[in-house]
Amino acid sequence: MKLGKTLWAIILIKLFIMFVVLKIFFFPDFLGTKFKSEKDKADYVGNQLIERTINP
Amino acid sequence: METLDLSLVDWSRAQFALTAIYHWLFVPLTLGLGVIVSVMETYYYKTGDEEWKRIAKFWMKLFGINFAVGVATGIILEFEFGTNWSNYSWFVGDIFGAPLAIEGIMAFFMESTFIAVMFFGWNKVGKGFHLASTWLTVIGATISALWILVANAWMQFPDGMHFNPDTVRNEMASFWAVLFSPVAMSKFTHTVTSSWIVGSAFVVAISAWFLLKKREQDLAKKSIKIAAVFGLLGTLLAAYTGDSSAYQVAQKQPMKLAAMEGLYKGENKAGLIAVGILNPSKESYDDGVDAFVFNIKVPGMLSLMANRDLNTFVPGVTDLIDGGYPTVSKTGVAGVALSADEKRAKGTLAVEALRDYKLAKTAGNDSLAKVKQAQLEENFPYFGYGYIKDKKELVPNVPLTFYTFHLMVIIGMFLILFFIVTWYMNKKDLMKSQKWMLWISMLTLPLAYICSECGWIVAEVGRQPWVIQDIMPASMAVSHIGAGAVETTFILFAVLFTVLLISEMSIMIKQIKKGPEGLNQ
Repeated sequence: MKLGKTLWAIILIKLFIMFVVLKIFFFPDFLGTKFKSEKDKADYVGNQLIERTINP
Repeated sequence: METLDLSLVDWSRAQFALTAIYHWLFVPLTLGLGVIVSVMETYYYKTGDEEWKRIAKFWMKLFGINFAVGVATGIILEFEFGTNWSNYSWFVGDIFGAPLAIEGIMAFFMESTFIAVMFFGWNKVGKGFHLASTWLTVIGATISALWILVANAWMQFPDGMHFNPDTVRNEMASFWAVLFSPVAMSKFTHTVTSSWIVGSAFVVAISAWFLLKKREQDLAKKSIKIAAVFGLLGTLLAAYTGDSSAYQVAQKQPMKLAAMEGLYKGENKAGLIAVGILNPSKESYDDGVDAFVFNIKVPGMLSLMANRDLNTFVPGVTDLIDGGYPTVSKTGVAGVALSADEKRAKGTLAVEALRDYKLAKTAGNDSLAKVKQAQLEENFPYFGYGYIKDKKELVPNVPLTFYTFHLMVIIGMFLILFFIVTWYMNKKDLMKSQKWMLWISMLTLPLAYICSECGWIVAEVGRQPWVIQDIMPASMAVSHIGAGAVETTFILFAVLFTVLLISEMSIMIKQIKKGPEGLNQ
């Protein structure tokens, strides 16, 4: 296989693994999948910040 | 208080570190080799000498291999922000997202457009247009690096933002304060010039291999001529910008500086460690055990580096925890440093104010909400200290920070000498007859990579426990997900990146062995 084809193959396989396998199956948007609205996300993170402190 | 699996924090850190370290194997070569290729093509443009075209095309092919294998590996870091570091992403997304978005646009429009002309445009566009495309590709890559480094610098020195308790987000108050932060400027210049060194070491190493094999001697000599000068320029600028970076660390992250120098007890006229071995028995900053088994210091140099004055006081780890030493604010007002306990009290007040603000808003009590907001704003610079359970958490890993810093400096000094000797020997046509120098040239390439990676380890390990200096520790930034999931993806990444690295090295070695004759592929 010529160099150009090899590099294109590496690029395409890599992008497939990254965007199709890793992103979809292993890296969901944590807040996006749990909450629909921006307000819900803000409330969740706000509560996390309060709950994780040393003196709740 | 919510309990969080500590191994989750550690695995999330490890995964981010692994991804960043692998990504950084590709980036510096792109930044450094790109400029060298552009200079070579400029020689061709100015002289019309076909040999320069052949040389430029050979190195451009190696540049292309590195670019193709490395491209988009950094995007995985952005995946990690959304999954593993969702609290962080939400908390600072308004600021951190802006430079990353600009970087994406820059990378896409500038690099991807001109790199196509650079690789496929030979004999299809004019010489001047092709040269401009080559330069614009590397300038685009460098500007991309600027935005990433601006984002990173903001985490080390958060400035130009305002915390909105309603959205629980830091909002950008001044784009220019974020962009032109002194930490961002010193980080950008130091990182880019250190990448020039990697590119130069790469060209010298491969040219040395050709000389050793008695092949392509003209190509090797001409390539070394450019790489040695460019490498020397890179090392000198990296030393200068490294000094600026160290000054910024001293001013903005004194704990990191103390870890870099293994300085537990502050000193007036503090000396800079030239060489030293840390005492492995020392387990805590307050255990009374001597910090060093052996060291040689340059008197006063640490004070000079940290404060631009030989006679000043540089705080050590103990001073930074206990506080009480004299300080001078940005506006020149004298004061006394707060202790870690005082900062933790302020941090707790800030978090409590956030809680009470939200309760007051829910109850419709706007006047109380206003009071709590003022309390939050007053204590916000210490917000992250509200999450520090034990003040010992505030001390980063001293041995790792210390040794990587000193290894970086020692290799950096060697590289200055190396490029001077290489330039001189090449000029006198002595390189090809001195096998020992050719071997040193080849062995210097991994040293340049180690030096570059060490710089990042110092920057990132030295700032622990903070994800955002003083405002957000790692334990507060991570998402509440299972440590097992992070462990799995850590292993997946290790495999994926190792395969990519092996692919790059095998393709690169194959093409180097073929030499410029393989250019017609």
